[in-house]
Amino acid sequence: MDKFTTLTGIAAPMPLINVDTDMIIPKQFLKTIKRSGLGVNLFDEMRYDDDGKEIPDFVLNKAQYRDAEILVAGDNFGCGSSREHAPWAIKDFGIRCVIAPSFADIFYNNCFKNGILPIALPQEQVDVLMKDAEKGSNARMMVDLEAQTVTSSDGEVFHFELDSFKKHCLMNGLDDIGLTMEKAASIDSFEAAAAQARPWV
Amino acid sequence: MSPKTLYDKIWDAHVAHEAEDGTCLLYIDRHLVHEVTSPQAFEGLRMAGRKVRAPEKTIAVPDHNVPTTAGREDPANMTEDSAIQVAALDKNAKDFGIHYYPVSDIRQGIVHIVGPEQGWTLPGMTVVCGDSHTATHGAFGALAHGIGTSEVEHVLATQTLIQKKSKNMKVEITGKLRPGVTAKDITLSVIGATGTAGGTGYVIEYCGEAIRDLSMEGRMTVCNMAIEGGARAGLIAPDEKTFEYCKDRPHAPKGAQWEAAMEWWKTLYSDDDADWDKVVTIKGEDIAPVVTWGTSPEDVLPITATVPAPTDFEGGKVGAAERSLDYMGLTPGTPLKEVEIDTVFIGSCTNGRIEDLRAAAAILKGKKIGVKRAMVVPGSGLVRAQAEEEGLADIFKEAGFEWRLAGCSMCLAMNPDQLQPGERCAATSNRNFEGRQGRGGRTHLMSPAMAAAAAITGRLTDVRELM
Ligand code: SF4
Repeated sequence: MDKFTTLTGIAAPMPLINVDTDMIIPKQFLKTIKRSGLGVNLFDEMRYDDDGKEIPDFVLNKAQYRDAEILVAGDNFGCGSSREHAPWAIKDFGIRCVIAPSFADIFYNNCFKNGILPIALPQEQVDVLMKDAEKGSNARMMVDLEAQTVTSSDGEVFHFELDSFKKHCLMNGLDDIGLTMEKAASIDSFEAAAAQARPWV
Repeated sequence: MSPKTLYDKIWDAHVAHEAEDGTCLLYIDRHLVHEVTSPQAFEGLRMAGRKVRAPEKTIAVPDHNVPTTAGREDPANMTEDSAIQVAALDKNAKDFGIHYYPVSDIRQGIVHIVGPEQGWTLPGMTVVCGDSHTATHGAFGALAHGIGTSEVEHVLATQTLIQKKSKNMKVEITGKLRPGVTAKDITLSVIGATGTAGGTGYVIEYCGEAIRDLSMEGRMTVCNMAIEGGARAGLIAPDEKTFEYCKDRPHAPKGAQWEAAMEWWKTLYSDDDADWDKVVTIKGEDIAPVVTWGTSPEDVLPITATVPAPTDFEGGKVGAAERSLDYMGLTPGTPLKEVEIDTVFIGSCTNGRIEDLRAAAAILKGKKIGVKRAMVVPGSGLVRAQAEEEGLADIFKEAGFEWRLAGCSMCLAMNPDQLQPGERCAATSNRNFEGRQGRGGRTHLMSPAMAAAAAITGRLTDVRELM
């Protein structure tokens, strides 16, 4: 998995609440058996019209946000299905960090498995960053995972919280499965004891 | 011993390893797999030379993008990309030696309907699936999580999930439901009250008289939509109805093992003095038959209400409501009962079980549909067979419904069953997101009885007027 340490880049504003995974990547793109190539279809139904032409008003179609690496969004981002195609599409587009007041649980977890940092901040702070993102490509935000901070283009610093294990894995690009397999002995003994206690399972 | 919730008890029985920071490896008893969220996970195993750790606890079934029309066993009758995903699941099931119900098997159906039906889902278990509606299985008092594809791969390889414990939330539905009010109305009303993020960070236990009174089918409907309330899982403590449902299912324990299982299952309830981080109480009598008007499952109103205005809301919801109303083509102040529909979809893991079909058929008996298109997609081949045996299929067909084969179908429209732009659908599924049932399609969520009523009148309808 890709490591995440620091990121300085353009932030795209998306002041919508309840952005769901059907919006992020509509189901017709779930038929792939690969993880890559979904970036062109990120936010497909908001981004393209019925003829497949770009809708100029959509934020990621605007010249100043085409290379955005950060997304600032409203409450409950990523709600809906468990599809990991959502973070795959975000990542494939080039976005490595999403900032919102809150995230849906499964989406939040899925981000970490794909080298994306979801940052939850209080609404008032997201409001400040949203304004900052609206300034366009000259305003670059800086994210520092080690320090757990986001710095706006004006130099205002916001501290965010996250789970220490998730942080550790993301900073070091660690593969969860490899880490868990190191604990195989614990799983073996649990399994043996459970087979005694609940043989019907 | 300190008092525990049902969630605490199941959790404690499945922690295989706990790190200092509280990160746990939770042992998984049942892993359900479908064709859309698993190909990349199996590919990952192959690339790393890993095996499926517990193939005997892993069950696969194609459901999301299979056609629901005759002749689907022939891949030539599927779109090419769907056929590739189904073929990949066929192959992965065989290569890795996991249980499998192919499309040609009468037991095939929506993964969350097949699991309980076959007795794979049992009280006190941990159940995961690469699908958010895994919460359905919580109706048995099983801790059931939806997971992403990387986690699917993790469970395949290690039979565990990396988890931190969630908080405990109690949702109590007291008293009795009024006539015409169903499990779907309960679960939608709870989301309407708490919002789609109200359960984020929690595992919900549903309890109270109105929940106890529900059948297992109804309880599955309630837990199914826990995820729409933001919760990772929903639970209902097992009782006699649960045990009765599980008994003699193909994969349920038998004989002495059944007795041993029962002994443990009977301890699976929240202790009286257990601690709750959040409690929501709703009176059963206060719940009305409801429909959704917007593009979030929290946009719930009684059928007797009118379309709201954006100014009825606060904060980010004002803009969201504006966008929803525009997408849905609705004008504030319109009575919901005057909203005309052209399509009806009865099915999905929320409402594709036999009881749901019975409820819809009871309304439709001897009537004709007044909409352009109506379809019933049973949740499994076995539900379909039972409905045919009970004469329900004939009622649907005579009313003008299409009688389909089992699958997810128009719940997410990955197969050919889709709404056209601007079409408006009364649906018994669980998500009314923009484009969910087809690009530009408009979805109103409701119970099977309400969907049947709408099918007859051609508009959103209060089922109580037809009872
Ligand atoms: S019926 Fe709908 S919600 Fe249920 S598993 Fe299938 S697609 Fe998901």
